[in-house]
Amino acid sequence: MSLPVYDSGAAAGLLSGLLFGYVLESAGFGSPRKLTAQFRLQDWSVFKVMFTAVIVAAAGLWLLDVIGAVGGGEVYVPTTFFWAMGLGGILIGAGFALGGYCPGTSTVGFFSGRFDGLVFMVGMLVGSALFAALYGPLEGLYTAARGPQAQTLGALFGVPAWVVLVVLIVIAIGGFRLGTHLERRFGGPVTADDVAGGSE
Amino acid sequence: MQNASPRPFWPPLVAGVALGLVLLVTFVITGHGLGASGFFARLSAAVSGWAAPGWAEANAYFGPYLRTNPLAAWITWEVVGMAVGALAASLSAGRFRAGVEGGPGTGTGARLLYALLGGVLTGFGARLARGCTSGLGLSGGATLATAGFVFLIGFFVAGFVVSYLVRRVWQ
Repeated sequence: MSLPVYDSGAAAGLLSGLLFGYVLESAGFGSPRKLTAQFRLQDWSVFKVMFTAVIVAAAGLWLLDVIGAVGGGEVYVPTTFFWAMGLGGILIGAGFALGGYCPGTSTVGFFSGRFDGLVFMVGMLVGSALFAALYGPLEGLYTAARGPQAQTLGALFGVPAWVVLVVLIVIAIGGFRLGTHLERRFGGPVTADDVAGGSE
Repeated sequence: MQNASPRPFWPPLVAGVALGLVLLVTFVITGHGLGASGFFARLSAAVSGWAAPGWAEANAYFGPYLRTNPLAAWITWEVVGMAVGALAASLSAGRFRAGVEGGPGTGTGARLLYALLGGVLTGFGARLARGCTSGLGLSGGATLATAGFVFLIGFFVAGFVVSYLVRRVWQ
């Protein structure tokens, strides 16, 4: 059997989504108070969980490439559009700080009982339609500063992938230590009991 | 009052390793990572197609989505799976709470208004960026794509700045 399987059918989608939703809720990422506490420095779970997940998956993909099971060019790597992605990231960061969610976590929030998650989802439908309505004047920005096709950080800096991985691991260790230190200082992290008590 | 004491959240390291493995399995099965905002773009195109078919079909961004059923896509199944997964996890851990969650000093009406505004910014931003925290940040990051890290830097910087500006909303 050759990998990846390239099965993007209903069963593959349901399985990936089921595990994704289960893990996000278990991490506490259905709670907007916990999620936004990252940016008040009180709870570093968003940084810790995301960075750990990126490193685990990246290390796994690197290992699969080394043993020849899945080549680096065989999985989808997004191409950079510097301004659109930088500005889009800024808007999503702003929306997260104000609304308490990102797209995936609003779904998790609503399906763990939070009505504000549904309202956030409705807002995303409006925001998507607004983008479509303004697409004409935005098209220049949308396609500006296009990077090389499927460029990785290794290609950008001219170093092998394992070097990038080691740097990310060092940043993650530093972030974990700093985060845990600041969590103690600012009275975090936000627990399941805090969330349950505060939402009554 | 709460009916049962909720089970604690997983420690971040455990949740991060689990999420990384889910992401890795997704790459091995499908050849791409996880996403979320793509579904909301498709749903927005579908709703626009019902509510204002003339406008939506002629629109340069939504038009191509509407040539076939915009919801017939992998990501629709993935988001349905996410909903079921979140429901199963919260119910089995005693964490499911029907209600509105916001800062202790923010009223329900204000909280819902902020959720709506945050959603609008996020929906717009995700279309501009061609993805969101899941598709670009997490999945792009896992392939070590430059795109993923450009997105993540913008996301974290704006998160800190705007969070500081609106700190009263959550305190």
